[in-house]
Amino acid sequence: MFGALIIVFREVIEAGLIIGIVLAATRGVNGRGRWVATGILAGTLAAGIVALFAEAIANAFEGSGQELLNAGVLGTAVVMLMWHAAWMARHGREMAIEMAAVGAAVTAGKRPMTALAMVVGLAVLREGAEVVLFLYGILASGTSSSSLFVGAALGLAAGAALSALMYYGLVSIPARHIFTVTAVLIALLAAGMAAQAVQYLDAAGAINVLGTQLWDSSPWLPQDGIVGRMLHALIGYTDRPTELQLVAYFATLAAMAALTWLSTPARAAHARVV
Amino acid sequence: MRGQLFAIVLAALGMASVHAVAQEFNLAIRNHKFEPAEIRVPAGKRVSIQVTNEDASAEEFESPSLKVEKVIPGKSKGVVRIGPLTPGRYEFFGDFHADTAKGVVIAE
Repeated sequence: MFGALIIVFREVIEAGLIIGIVLAATRGVNGRGRWVATGILAGTLAAGIVALFAEAIANAFEGSGQELLNAGVLGTAVVMLMWHAAWMARHGREMAIEMAAVGAAVTAGKRPMTALAMVVGLAVLREGAEVVLFLYGILASGTSSSSLFVGAALGLAAGAALSALMYYGLVSIPARHIFTVTAVLIALLAAGMAAQAVQYLDAAGAINVLGTQLWDSSPWLPQDGIVGRMLHALIGYTDRPTELQLVAYFATLAAMAALTWLSTPARAAHARVV
Repeated sequence: MRGQLFAIVLAALGMASVHAVAQEFNLAIRNHKFEPAEIRVPAGKRVSIQVTNEDASAEEFESPSLKVEKVIPGKSKGVVRIGPLTPGRYEFFGDFHADTAKGVVIAE
């Protein structure tokens, strides 16, 4: 039971932290609950489908289908986060002024909620497929499954509770700072995803450059510990990064910063004049 | 400009796909155990391990030190690509049956 609890808990917090950031970033947006719920539901369904075709996926592309799928999922999420960042840079300031004037419960216009709902869905898909396969394996082996399902349910509850705790921590940040804080969190989230994506491409054999490990900080902050896992999900912490992972990480951060800078209205107008 | 960028991306992908053929090793998962539990590989080279899961249940080949996390469904195969490794011991385990499924890659 304990094993099932741990496995489910781990996957749930990784997806849950991402959902928490998305919810915090969209505070005050009308109907955001529906968007996020749709993302979670679609992600869960997709996880079931991926698990169902796990064998076909695993055998595709000379045994690298899973890695390529993961890289594709992560890459798409990074693009969605960039879209959101660019949009926020263009409209964020007016929204912040509006929110300060009318309070938190304003309609914040047409945010690219599709982008964020997709990020949620993709996160749930990635972590969920693993849980489904694990639980299916228990069913298939037919051993005392009830205690394992109790473990899985407890893991889900504990993971959701921890994610909720983080969310409430985030929303306790004063409204005038929350855009900045969530913008930084989303940039770090995207950078971490990009670093993971290149590692999957490397594992698939699609990329074969800069594969040398740069450092090993696992004795101090192991990535498979609870703090390491949370930092991994939040800011992309990796205890043994390769050169390519570090390049991808900072390139994504730079791209996010550039997108934000270029999309800010005053600068965009200036750029047009020049 | 866009065409140029596209050409560069294509060229980069082309270069990436022309890589040396990695040395291959085989590993089986049987009754939630790895066989063999120890694999000796050359250090400083790309190595690929064909993992055959003979059990009915899925297993996750996981190793933080090898930077691998790969689910291998029941009754199927998966390829794990690792390296180049510096000489040393790299432990791996089956995350879904971590108490029995343990193994080590020794790079020398």
